[in-house]
Amino acid sequence: MLGKLSWAAIPFDQPIPLVAAALVGVMIIGVLAWVTLKGWLPYLWREWITSVDHKRIGIMYTLLAMVMLLRGFSDAIMMRAQQALAFESPGYLPPEHYDQIFSAHGTLMIFFVAMPFVIGLMNFVVPLQLGVRDVAFPTLNSVGFWLTATGALLVNISLVVGEFARTGWLPYPPLSEITYSPGVGVDYYLWALEISGVGTLLSGVNLVTTVLKMHAPGMTYMRMPMFCWTTLASNLLIVAAFPILTATLTMLLLDRYLGFHFFTNNAGGNVMMFMNLIWAWGHPEVYILILPAFGIFSEVISTFSRKPLFGYRSMVAATMAICILSFTVWLHHFFTMGAGADVNAIFGIASMIIAVPTGVKVFNWLFTMYGGRVVYSASILWSIGFMVTFVIGGMTGVLLAVPPADFVLHNSLFLVAHFHNVIIGGVLFGAFAGYTYWFPKAFGFRLHEGLGKASFWCWLIGFYVAFMPLYVLGLMGMTRRMQHYDVAAWRPWLLIAASGAAIILAGIILQIAQLAVSIRRREALRDQTGDPWDGRSLEWATPSPPPTFNFAVFPRIEGGDAYWGMKQRARQQGKLGEEPHYTEIEMPRNSPTGFVCAFFATFMGFALIWHIWWIVALAALGAYATFVVFAWRDRHEDIIPAELVARIDRANRNARSAALALRPAP
Amino acid sequence: MSGLPATAGHGDPDRVGYNGESRARRHMAERAGGLVPKRIIVGYGFWIFLLSDIVMFSAFFATYAVLVGQTAGGPSGRELFDLRSTAIETACLLLSSFACGLASIGAQAHRGSWFYGAMAATFILGAAFIGLEVREFAGLVARGAGPTRSAFLSAFFTLVGCHGLHVSAGLLWLLTMMAQVFAKGYRADILRRILCFGLFWHALDIIWVALFTMVYLMGAAT
Repeated sequence: MLGKLSWAAIPFDQPIPLVAAALVGVMIIGVLAWVTLKGWLPYLWREWITSVDHKRIGIMYTLLAMVMLLRGFSDAIMMRAQQALAFESPGYLPPEHYDQIFSAHGTLMIFFVAMPFVIGLMNFVVPLQLGVRDVAFPTLNSVGFWLTATGALLVNISLVVGEFARTGWLPYPPLSEITYSPGVGVDYYLWALEISGVGTLLSGVNLVTTVLKMHAPGMTYMRMPMFCWTTLASNLLIVAAFPILTATLTMLLLDRYLGFHFFTNNAGGNVMMFMNLIWAWGHPEVYILILPAFGIFSEVISTFSRKPLFGYRSMVAATMAICILSFTVWLHHFFTMGAGADVNAIFGIASMIIAVPTGVKVFNWLFTMYGGRVVYSASILWSIGFMVTFVIGGMTGVLLAVPPADFVLHNSLFLVAHFHNVIIGGVLFGAFAGYTYWFPKAFGFRLHEGLGKASFWCWLIGFYVAFMPLYVLGLMGMTRRMQHYDVAAWRPWLLIAASGAAIILAGIILQIAQLAVSIRRREALRDQTGDPWDGRSLEWATPSPPPTFNFAVFPRIEGGDAYWGMKQRARQQGKLGEEPHYTEIEMPRNSPTGFVCAFFATFMGFALIWHIWWIVALAALGAYATFVVFAWRDRHEDIIPAELVARIDRANRNARSAALALRPAP
Repeated sequence: MSGLPATAGHGDPDRVGYNGESRARRHMAERAGGLVPKRIIVGYGFWIFLLSDIVMFSAFFATYAVLVGQTAGGPSGRELFDLRSTAIETACLLLSSFACGLASIGAQAHRGSWFYGAMAATFILGAAFIGLEVREFAGLVARGAGPTRSAFLSAFFTLVGCHGLHVSAGLLWLLTMMAQVFAKGYRADILRRILCFGLFWHALDIIWVALFTMVYLMGAAT
């Protein structure tokens, strides 16, 4: 009846996961109870859960990422603590638990923190920057988000019901095959990623179509803000790379469930084929994450330097070059496979070539700041911290791209330090810069600057204290994923690294405090004008938060830095343009399709993991029925009457006029 | 690409490219708008999805190419493939694509008889394809040449089976579309879905042509 599921799946004998899960459970029940008692449930359902508004979906993606960041970071703290303690002793985490923690840490941080964070920001910002009212496929967008949430939920369920994979964040066979990993851990990993991978693919298709096909009049490709370009490149990579992940994980699933022989040791299976396939997805994946961050830095640096982005065209060219080159370097993840000197040399050189367009970008950012009147706000601090940190990470990356050096450093802590260097220093700093920068647009009030800066310094210093020792340890020969060790020389460095993690923890606490304080003081931090940073792109032409329809009338774009140009013209003429003629607006109707679909997907994934076949069949039927119901609906759009549009836009225009009077042309 | 100015710009010292655009470019800019018809957007998006699907197939193709020689002492393609049966499968699928094209025209013209007739023909041909494929698979398993026999057979069943699953999903979609036209008529959104269905069905044809060539023809030859 319930397949492999029984009471034995609950780890009653392991206090750590049980207590953690109980804590999370109590928190979830607490939040649910609070929301229900306050009577907010109908509001949440109507306005958020069923919302197809790109801004709301973007905010929910970001929220998911931040919650998962806490989970992923607690894994990190546990690992650092274990390695600090486990010198000539078993530490406090038994090996099978420690292995699950490092696997869950990587999986969560990449798939459920970094990915939803950047996708959330892209979703929120890109239609606003393009001057349009929504993404190309609003309901599909909601489906994509909820499927991502399903994946995150499945990974977290594994904390209490059964176990998670012990195979690392990429389940290399033959270890991940059923012979060596007979438990459900790898299955949790595989189904969570298959489901959330579909969500990511849908989001990629949606955003590619949006950037390429939806524009306000006059918004040509070469007038798009840089963030739109990097969004395009990143989502093209999603479309081209995620199907490979789906195919690869499917093969591993077939091996595990039906006894196929793709990656097995016997019957002709080929283990190294898994490495090739997974990294043919995995290397583009790192650019899927970093390219949107590059776009965020471009926006932030240009805005706070009060200058147009330096070398816009070369920035576009560099972005697209990275987009293509990212598919030509995957083999550098396993130089030690033994492909031979020629193959290794080709992939080594290709990897180094990627540093060229990246270098172009760094210089462009520097030249954007050069000669500008730089305002040192929290978001530009993240950007400057990124530039310094990312260059170091990039240089260690070029070092690892040299095959002979890689043979020495392969799978050592040097590698761990390198990719944390680029992912924390690049993706995460970028996400935080974007979060600080666009927060007032999303919620109508700014984040507290002082706490934001304090948090930045904790993160920056904490990062260096936590990860520079890992470079040293890697050169000293310490391999990654060690549960205990007996080399005395390593210990001081591991203790320093652990203290670095504590400094980062302080940074995270400051960020939580920043959010709480900002909400409490929201009236003082209120963004009256919708343009708190004197921005350059179209999102700042809307009120904060923007109305559902974003723009009352489509803005006419007459050049790059569209909103900057509009402000200049208004200042020269001493007034805004003529009031436009307002008409009613059709907006896509909210739909529970995404949520209901994810509801069935959750049951289906869980049932597949535990071999409960009747639930699988029922859930598949339910998902199909959901789509049919959606396809059968007769009303697709809600009409927003012209009077309401006029009222909202007139208020926005009044705020702009007032701001214009306060900030006359220099 | 160097990030340095190629030529000096007019009032655009950083050569960011915002000013001094040519007239032709300005004209293009005036024409480009947020007003691309929905049909174009939907078709475009579905093409992007199809490309991603083709990438997935290419991963299975590559895997098959790597594993085709790994028969682990079991039968090879030469001993297993029945070209006569697969030729009939191919004919069924290609003809179903033609019928699907007719159905699209029928839908555009709002001609019920054409639409339902051609969709029914598409379904029958598609179902015949699936029937033949299932028979082939069942025959192989009965001969002890199932997917667990060798890596070659794992790759074969996965590649061909993935295509078969797509066709089966397409058949379900086809029936849903017929029911929808029956219930709701030729509404604009339904016509857009028929457009997407047509694209999907033809894409499966393209993949089958590659599959028939790489797996069956080349497999039977070597």
